Amino acid sequence: MSALSSAVGPGSLVLRYLPAALSALVAAGFATLVPTIADYNVMRVSWPWIPGLGVELSFLIDGLSLTFALLITGIGAIVFAYSASYFKGHPKLVRLLVLLVLFEISMLGLVLADNLILMFVFWELTTITSFLLVGFDHEQESARNKALQALLVTGAGGLALLAGILLLGIVGGTYEASTLPLVADTIKEHSLYLPILTLFLLGAFTKSAQFPFHFWLPNAMAAPTPVSAYLHSATMVKAGVYLLARMTPTLGGTEPWLWSLTIVGGVTAVIGSIWALRQTDLKLALAHTTVMALGTITMFLGGAAPIALTAAATFLVVHAFYKAALFLTVGMLDKKAGSREIDALGGLALPMWRTWIIASLAALSMAGFPPFLGFVGKELKYEGALAVASEPLLVVTFAVLANAMMVAIAAAVAIKPFYGRRRSLAEQPADPPFAMWIGPAFLAIGGLIFGLAPDLVGSALINPTATVMSGDLVAKQFKLWHGVNVPLMLSILTFIIGIVLYFNLARIRAALTRLDQRGIWTAEHGYDRALTGLKAIATGQTRVIQPGRLTHYLFWTTATLAALLWSALIAGGFAVLPQAGRMPTLIEWTMLALAGFGAIATAATTSSLLAILALGLLGGTVAAIFVLYGAIDVAMTQLLVETLFVVIVAVALLKLPRLAPTTGARIRWRHLGLAGALGTGTTLTLFAVLSVDLDRRVSDFFEVTSVPEAFGRNIVNVILVDFRALDTLGEIAVVVIAALGVLALLRSRMLTAAEDRR
Amino acid sequence: MEIALSILVGIVVTCGAYLMLSGNMVRFLFGLALLSNAANLVIFAAGRLTYGAPPLIAPGEAGPLETVANALPQALILTAIVIGFGLLAFTLVLVHRANRSLGTVEGDAMRLAEPDEGAR
Repeated sequence: MSALSSAVGPGSLVLRYLPAALSALVAAGFATLVPTIADYNVMRVSWPWIPGLGVELSFLIDGLSLTFALLITGIGAIVFAYSASYFKGHPKLVRLLVLLVLFEISMLGLVLADNLILMFVFWELTTITSFLLVGFDHEQESARNKALQALLVTGAGGLALLAGILLLGIVGGTYEASTLPLVADTIKEHSLYLPILTLFLLGAFTKSAQFPFHFWLPNAMAAPTPVSAYLHSATMVKAGVYLLARMTPTLGGTEPWLWSLTIVGGVTAVIGSIWALRQTDLKLALAHTTVMALGTITMFLGGAAPIALTAAATFLVVHAFYKAALFLTVGMLDKKAGSREIDALGGLALPMWRTWIIASLAALSMAGFPPFLGFVGKELKYEGALAVASEPLLVVTFAVLANAMMVAIAAAVAIKPFYGRRRSLAEQPADPPFAMWIGPAFLAIGGLIFGLAPDLVGSALINPTATVMSGDLVAKQFKLWHGVNVPLMLSILTFIIGIVLYFNLARIRAALTRLDQRGIWTAEHGYDRALTGLKAIATGQTRVIQPGRLTHYLFWTTATLAALLWSALIAGGFAVLPQAGRMPTLIEWTMLALAGFGAIATAATTSSLLAILALGLLGGTVAAIFVLYGAIDVAMTQLLVETLFVVIVAVALLKLPRLAPTTGARIRWRHLGLAGALGTGTTLTLFAVLSVDLDRRVSDFFEVTSVPEAFGRNIVNVILVDFRALDTLGEIAVVVIAALGVLALLRSRMLTAAEDRR
Repeated sequence: MEIALSILVGIVVTCGAYLMLSGNMVRFLFGLALLSNAANLVIFAAGRLTYGAPPLIAPGEAGPLETVANALPQALILTAIVIGFGLLAFTLVLVHRANRSLGTVEGDAMRLAEPDEGAR
């Protein structure tokens, strides 16, 4: 029994590695599609979902979505296996794996969906699952706050995106991303183009942590390291970039698109890499370089030239390979050497030689040294930057600066912990188990192989992706060595700046820390302000609307009702007085007067007994009016109920305090004014009702069918017990429930006993 | 008669609402009783008034021979009276219970669910 449960139960070997195995299987499935996609084919399946709204369950596999799907499932498999080992024996391991798988599925749906509404559903699912993942250590308040921050920023962007999608659907006439490019010209000339673009950019920039929304990403490092590796290197943050890429043929190429993407992306890239230099925590440093990478991709998506788009697509893949590997390496250091702080680690190259090799390979790719994939990506970036339509010099400057700082960071991650004097917080630092190092090793070596033979990934995935984005066929030849040209010169310049930066890292960090402590204003302060302000508004609003005083609530509820009534009257134009009808006889006048007197007396008296009598008077006269106008059954019921009620209240009042006026005269006048407004409104509404002809169709139906169909001569009774019998049954149930409630309140002995002691 | 009845309804609603606003739960109960009556009268008047002709069908006939009072609103009011009675009885016991448990029938003094936080 125990052997069985340890084999398949929670936390068992099979269960722990099941997500990784499944993910790898799906990745292999996607890999079989690569030859088809490499020939620039597109696959699409669709089922109707909400045809009335143009929403379809449609999925699209082209170069762009297949590239993402492979990254998501491939890196997913690696991260899942890594997590299963990293969190071995952790009480929440199953929860983590379930969340990761849910996230993977959402992310896959996002990139595969063709219908934008469907894509949005998955988009929001990634927001929610990532919220749960960032807040995985929910016992810690800071983790909760940071998860909330990520949720609020990306959630707000998601709302903007939804609005953008709806507008785009209205203008373009379809929600299918694959057909929208056909009407791109109509969309770009439409007056709603700018609002649509703004909303889409808000969605993409918040999700992909672009300036000024970049602050949430480093904060999201509250998540466990494997989660960060998955969400914040390969997948979720790339959702925004994916959206931009997907929309490039539909919305791209215009001046506003070019400038906003180029400038926002460029600024984000430089800011991200500057703040990366400031960090001493390796994971945080990597997080900031992710901001940089996303900025770079955004910047290149802004450049209309096909080579810039190719550069963006290449860098996307390059980045996923080395960033996931490095994140996981930092996790290994954290786990086995006890720290992520750059100054607490050193000389670990021998005891952790596998980790060291993986870190070195990935860092070389990140820094862009030949013959790694990173070098190919960087050369392409410079080539693309030079071809950017808007402002090549600006883009080249941004790119060189950001890349130089990447060289410095890569050196810091791969050199500092492994060379020099042995420093470690763990007793015996050693390599982690196989399941943890095999994945990163695969990624790091992949970076080398694809660097040596870049055309493997280039013509299979990058070209189809760039083709999707640009709309024209892109068939670039990928080569490691391009000869001596401008990009190579720029690369050499980059290495020189990067190495200088690396050797001055301590000084730069000190300067940045001073700047930070001086309290320069950042976007995060804006977020904090907005949040504080929102809470203050909520508190103030609660204080006004919900002060906890019952009279207050009653007053405003009544006032709202009166206002609704009067606005309807005013909107409808006041009805003329209805036709006078029959003149009341003396008896009727008497009844009306007595009823009115009863109502007023109930309200005016301070004696409970008088109030009950007056209430009885009103009830009785109303019953008389019912009799006079042919409602005999109603009158009988009314008399019975009124009598019963008066008796019950009279008995109960013996135990209730006297009716002394407790409110001041001014407040009472205010109450009277409001009550009068409601009463007048009711009278006028009734006038309006009476001045139109009555539709008697339902009444006629009952009169005609009462005898032939229900065999009853008292039409009212027939309605109650035959035509609307279920209604009456429900009514009886209500009365029974009320009676049970009364009984419970009167006979709850325990409560009574407790009160008596008090 | 319709006009006079409409005005009576207005008076009853005014008195009922006035009582409900006062904050004293016993008065609130009386106000609720007034409003129940007013609501029934509204339905009655809106269905038009027919003097002295109950909606009955003479033996041997298939339907009413002359114009009779509108049966539908009467059926609705019958239901409403009974339900209203259930509501009033339950409210009465609630008031009674509140008085026993909290020692007051003043709504503003009942702060168990939303305690006065001083600053407010």
